[in-house]
Amino acid sequence: MTRSQVQGPAIHVQGLTKNFKDLEVLRGVDFDVARGSIFALLGSNGAGKTTVVKILSTLLNGDAGTVTVNGIDVAAKPGKVRESFSLTGQFAAVDEILTGRENLVLVARLRHLDNPAAIADDLLDRFSLTDAGGRKVATYSGGMRRRLDIAMSLIGNPPIIFLDEPTTGLDPRARIDVWEAVKELSAAGTTVLLTTQYLEEAEHLADRIAILHEGRIIVNGTLAELKQLLPPAKVEYVEKQPSLEDVFLALVGDDDANINADATGKE
Amino acid sequence: MTAYFLEDTAVLTGRSLRHITRSLDTIITTAITPIAIMLLFVYVFGGAIDTGSASYVNYLLPGILLITIASGVSYTAYRLFMDMKSGIFERFQSLPIARSGVLWAHVLTSVMSSMISVAIVVGVALLMGFRSGAGVLAWLAVAGILVLFTLALTWLAVIPGLTAKSVDGASAFAYPLIFLPFISSSFVPTDSMPGPVRWFAENQPVTAIVNTIRDLFAGQPVGTDIWIALAWCVGILIVGYVFAMITYRRKIA
Repeated sequence: MTRSQVQGPAIHVQGLTKNFKDLEVLRGVDFDVARGSIFALLGSNGAGKTTVVKILSTLLNGDAGTVTVNGIDVAAKPGKVRESFSLTGQFAAVDEILTGRENLVLVARLRHLDNPAAIADDLLDRFSLTDAGGRKVATYSGGMRRRLDIAMSLIGNPPIIFLDEPTTGLDPRARIDVWEAVKELSAAGTTVLLTTQYLEEAEHLADRIAILHEGRIIVNGTLAELKQLLPPAKVEYVEKQPSLEDVFLALVGDDDANINADATGKE
Repeated sequence: MTAYFLEDTAVLTGRSLRHITRSLDTIITTAITPIAIMLLFVYVFGGAIDTGSASYVNYLLPGILLITIASGVSYTAYRLFMDMKSGIFERFQSLPIARSGVLWAHVLTSVMSSMISVAIVVGVALLMGFRSGAGVLAWLAVAGILVLFTLALTWLAVIPGLTAKSVDGASAFAYPLIFLPFISSSFVPTDSMPGPVRWFAENQPVTAIVNTIRDLFAGQPVGTDIWIALAWCVGILIVGYVFAMITYRRKIA
């Protein structure tokens, strides 16, 4: 669980292919993710983003190519690799029948950590779920589930986190909460690989962005590098109307008090 | 990794047992259909059925217990299906744990919940006049056969649990299993059945298991039926386990 001193990229993918029967989902994917960075894998639905994440997280085997996570080959030592990362899948993978606190304790015990109860309480606090911690997850809102889901992924401080479409289906308020959590993680030195179909999300969060299209990475670079691919911007004067998101956030409020109200109140 | 097999399996079993204690309806619905069948047969049809034994409830109970187990394991398929659907199965598989513990936890939970349902049904049978002259060893033998039968059906239940596309699909596999005791010696002696039906009834697993349990309850010597019963249970267990493992490996590779 300790942050490894291994040199080289946190994630290294080279020549990765995967077919499902006749369907070529990945046709030779190459990318590296630097330690401590946020890397966004951008693509439309069905581009193969989830397949890449599943192979990285040892839930699927690739057909060909090399994949290492934290310097360890996923095909050769899947058990060892699982100590280096944490997966937050496309849908909040939480146990609805247990309480939020019990979900956290469960993962802490499965990771064989000391004092699971203290770990759970600390994470409930960090994710503004303390008051909801004793309730069954079935009563949580979508945003609360996602926060719990991410909290479960942080247990044991894995050096690498995979987030598969972490904000799909969330309302704007909950989406911003997730973004804040991702930024905090990155600030603490965790490597984050996230997939998204929202361009804005990649633009907002990622140090590097790769676009996965028809089973290949067609571009990979920083936001500035990607912008240079198009002709230079021309200057236009446009009256700035507030977007609906600005209006929504202005009306419902945008401060921390509201996060707590969301966690404790409305359900 | 396997060093943690017992610990991980215990933690995960504790989790699925919590599912059961928080939705007691699954245990009650598991027990209620067999109890209804038992009431119907003992108090409505039973008077017209000549089994050659003094008490029809004594005759009937072994088959009712098998029906209880068959309907109980359909909830195992259901719980596994819900874990697959919610993504928590993948979360567990991506953790540094003994991965097969996830399946074993469901299997152990299935055995425990089935035995609770069986105990409830036996309790109702006692109220209805079921009596047994069986000694401790015979009761242990009955319990052993029922646990083995539950394990065998549970590993079969793992297959639809892992592969089903819908909740109904996950639990539908149990219907034929629940129906099988009706074409056996569970309700009536096989002598009265026409040729091909009788042949089927006498050569299918339920009859051997039912006859063995009935003899054990009655304090009679069990004869060769017990070996046939054990062979069926172990056979189904091995086939179920092998196919469940093949299905599981396909799912995670």
